[in-house]
Amino acid sequence: MDKQNNDPKSAVHCESISKKYDEIEALKNINFSVNPGEIFGIIGPDGAGKTTLFRILTTLILADSGTASVDDFDVVNDYKEIRKQVGYMPGKFSLYQDLTVEENLNFFATVFNTTIEENYELIKDIYQQIEPFKNRRAGKLSGGMKQKLALSCALIHKPSVLFLDEPTTGVDPVSRKEFWGMLKSLKAQGITILVSTPYMDEASLCDRIALIQNGQFLKIDTPKNIVAQYENKLWAVQSDNMYKLLTDLRANELTNNCFAFGDKHHVSVSNEQLTMNSLKETLDRLEHTNIEIREIEPTIEDCFMQLSQK
Amino acid sequence: MNNPTQHNSNKVIIAENLTKKFGNFKAVDHISFEVNRGEIFGFLGANGAGKTTAMRMLCGLSIPSDGKGLVAGYDIGTQTELVKKNIGYMSQKFSLYEDLTVAENIRFFSGIYGISPAERKEKQEKLLKDLDLESSKDSLIGSLPLGWKQKLAFSVAIFHDPKIVFLDEPTGGVDPITRRKFWDLIYEAADRGITVFVTTHYMDEAEYCNRVSIMNAGRIEALDTPENLKKQFGAKNMDEVFLKIARNVE
Repeated sequence: MDKQNNDPKSAVHCESISKKYDEIEALKNINFSVNPGEIFGIIGPDGAGKTTLFRILTTLILADSGTASVDDFDVVNDYKEIRKQVGYMPGKFSLYQDLTVEENLNFFATVFNTTIEENYELIKDIYQQIEPFKNRRAGKLSGGMKQKLALSCALIHKPSVLFLDEPTTGVDPVSRKEFWGMLKSLKAQGITILVSTPYMDEASLCDRIALIQNGQFLKIDTPKNIVAQYENKLWAVQSDNMYKLLTDLRANELTNNCFAFGDKHHVSVSNEQLTMNSLKETLDRLEHTNIEIREIEPTIEDCFMQLSQK
Repeated sequence: MNNPTQHNSNKVIIAENLTKKFGNFKAVDHISFEVNRGEIFGFLGANGAGKTTAMRMLCGLSIPSDGKGLVAGYDIGTQTELVKKNIGYMSQKFSLYEDLTVAENIRFFSGIYGISPAERKEKQEKLLKDLDLESSKDSLIGSLPLGWKQKLAFSVAIFHDPKIVFLDEPTGGVDPITRRKFWDLIYEAADRGITVFVTTHYMDEAEYCNRVSIMNAGRIEALDTPENLKKQFGAKNMDEVFLKIARNVE
């Protein structure tokens, strides 16, 4: 089948996709499109349906209903074409543990009828970091190195769309940061990237995101727009006794809800009666010391929690 | 240090130059630290830093190549079975058996920890009531929502009232609300005097710990309260502290 010569109007398109495993509805009526060259994030916890969605789009499993296409190729009728041009990095490290770094890369290049040299420029920045270990078996690599190798193998055939299923799960913040740096460079090369992650802070690194929970999308938009649509005011509150503060803030009838966020508590406020001064006075009376209250912009995590509670 | 009655019962972990070598490679390189009773102790480090190897030694699963350690009063080199009996453990990967019911899981783990049937019955009733799971007692674990599973797994891990519970990335991949509810459980346990030793990749969770250690290349590079660490490294949160200290060692 000949691919259209012009750019597809959407790199990925999903219409009414649903999938059930026995009684569990893994995906319920999913609709969305990804623009060419976008970094599109699918943000949600374990069990939300991220992996199922990726497996459908990379033609590994069939949806129960609905249609989907990647680069204008239908995931059912044109699955062979899709498999030639997507890159896929699944959630678990799934390269060959007993082959070396170089052997793995060669293997994938061969499977896609290409060579390491042909698209070396694309993977150079990533691969160079592990090249000194090219004779080490993949099974003996550290988590960060495994990631880099898996990414190199997914890129070796210069895919038009890259699917990364939880590439940073279980990985420390340093490696996570590095990894997202690499994705930004890939985007600059025109590759469309779909990445799923349970880490809400990574959402802000995407062009657009879909928040997913229990097989459904809660919202699809740019991170900025999602934050702008947060209902109510949000305050960050601190005191010398954070555990007691959490209990006291929750017991306060005028607050909507309160969640711990590291060294501060985020308090959602809609009641006009509650002002920062009146809250401070209340906390003073409850014997809190060094009280600090500031209005803040919500994070994606705040938004996710609000949306998932509706 | 070999006689458990000689140790200070307020120190639930005492590690002295703990080392683990694999051939020439020092995965854990002479680490020394102490953890106090009732503390929430965060054990952080980049991938490959040696955290998992260190934890395995502390849980009695791996004999140190050098150095000594006491956990819950028992020597991790010579009394590994006693160590295992007196600690709790939970990780993201291993918690409860999905194809057993809630009640069956509790019975199974009670047996492993040597709790008598009579005691188990009483504790089980209280546990199910506290967690509001009485009506789910005969449900398969696999059918429970993740949040309930997590709560139950944690409660089972401390069912035998161990002095210390080891949590290996217990909240990995979990939704933000469930994650925080899990930390409520951790706080309650610490309040009751159970020491909590937890590893995590969520830096906001590092803030909830009384003290945090950060491993790098087999060594402990920093150990202090989150507040002091932020001052020491001129960072505004634990994420920044971590980025300043932890480098990938390949």
